[in-house]
Amino acid sequence: MAETAPKPRIRLDRKEVKAGETIEIKSLISHIMESGQRRDPQGNIIPRKIINKFTCELDGEMVFGADLEPAVSANPYFQFKIKPGKSGTLKFTWIDDDGSKIEATEQIKVT
Amino acid sequence: MTDAAASYNLLFKIELGENKNMNNAISRRQAFGLGAGVIVGLALPLRPTAALAKNDAEEAIKSFAGGKTPEKAKVKLELPEIAENGNTVPVTVSIESPMTKDSYVKDVLIIADGNPRAGVITFHFSPSAVPEANTRIRLAETQNVVAVAKMNDGSVYMASKEVKVTIGGCGG
Repeated sequence: MAETAPKPRIRLDRKEVKAGETIEIKSLISHIMESGQRRDPQGNIIPRKIINKFTCELDGEMVFGADLEPAVSANPYFQFKIKPGKSGTLKFTWIDDDGSKIEATEQIKVT
Repeated sequence: MTDAAASYNLLFKIELGENKNMNNAISRRQAFGLGAGVIVGLALPLRPTAALAKNDAEEAIKSFAGGKTPEKAKVKLELPEIAENGNTVPVTVSIESPMTKDSYVKDVLIIADGNPRAGVITFHFSPSAVPEANTRIRLAETQNVVAVAKMNDGSVYMASKEVKVTIGGCGG
């Protein structure tokens, strides 16, 4: 399968909330999530290559995260909600088995 | 293990019993068709037994729970009853928690007891997150999916659900 650079997508249901209100976040990244269980036509195991970690931070503070195993579907998708206590920058990071990091950011405002 | 064997034996007897009774009353051609049906029927009861075959699910739960036995409460696991495509099965887990600095959900482990490896994903929450998450997972066959939640005080809770998988999702 042709390798393309993983492309992250983030969608927030709103970027401005009152204190105590929630923001729903949907995140998706294009990635093959090769499980390391499959074999090529010659019978060799195709080496594992997955996104093994996802984090969502607000101004450097961990809000939500996940450690992924090969049993997460290709193009890992997460839907979660946060209740931000302050305005700031949401930073989303995906970490690949090869060590590369893919990042995306969104500004949010709490009034 | 003994439970699995017993349930399989029971299903086996039922299948054989049906076969014998019905053979008396039907023609050869029908019997042939029935024979094929019985073969399929015999293959089906194998599935739940296969789901009980152990991968590292128990060990994974034990090490995550830190020696405690998870209580069946507070965790809600939403999955389809039947997943047609095991490659992408939506799963939502939600936990009852006030999510304050003093009392919040820390980690939630999702386990699939019939996959080649039990671990699926571990979610990490903070007091500024809502204790709920949704993702899509791979299930190799019909099996139980288990969610274990660990609170900040170390208490553990769990929920499990069986998902019937039509087409397995483990590559190939």
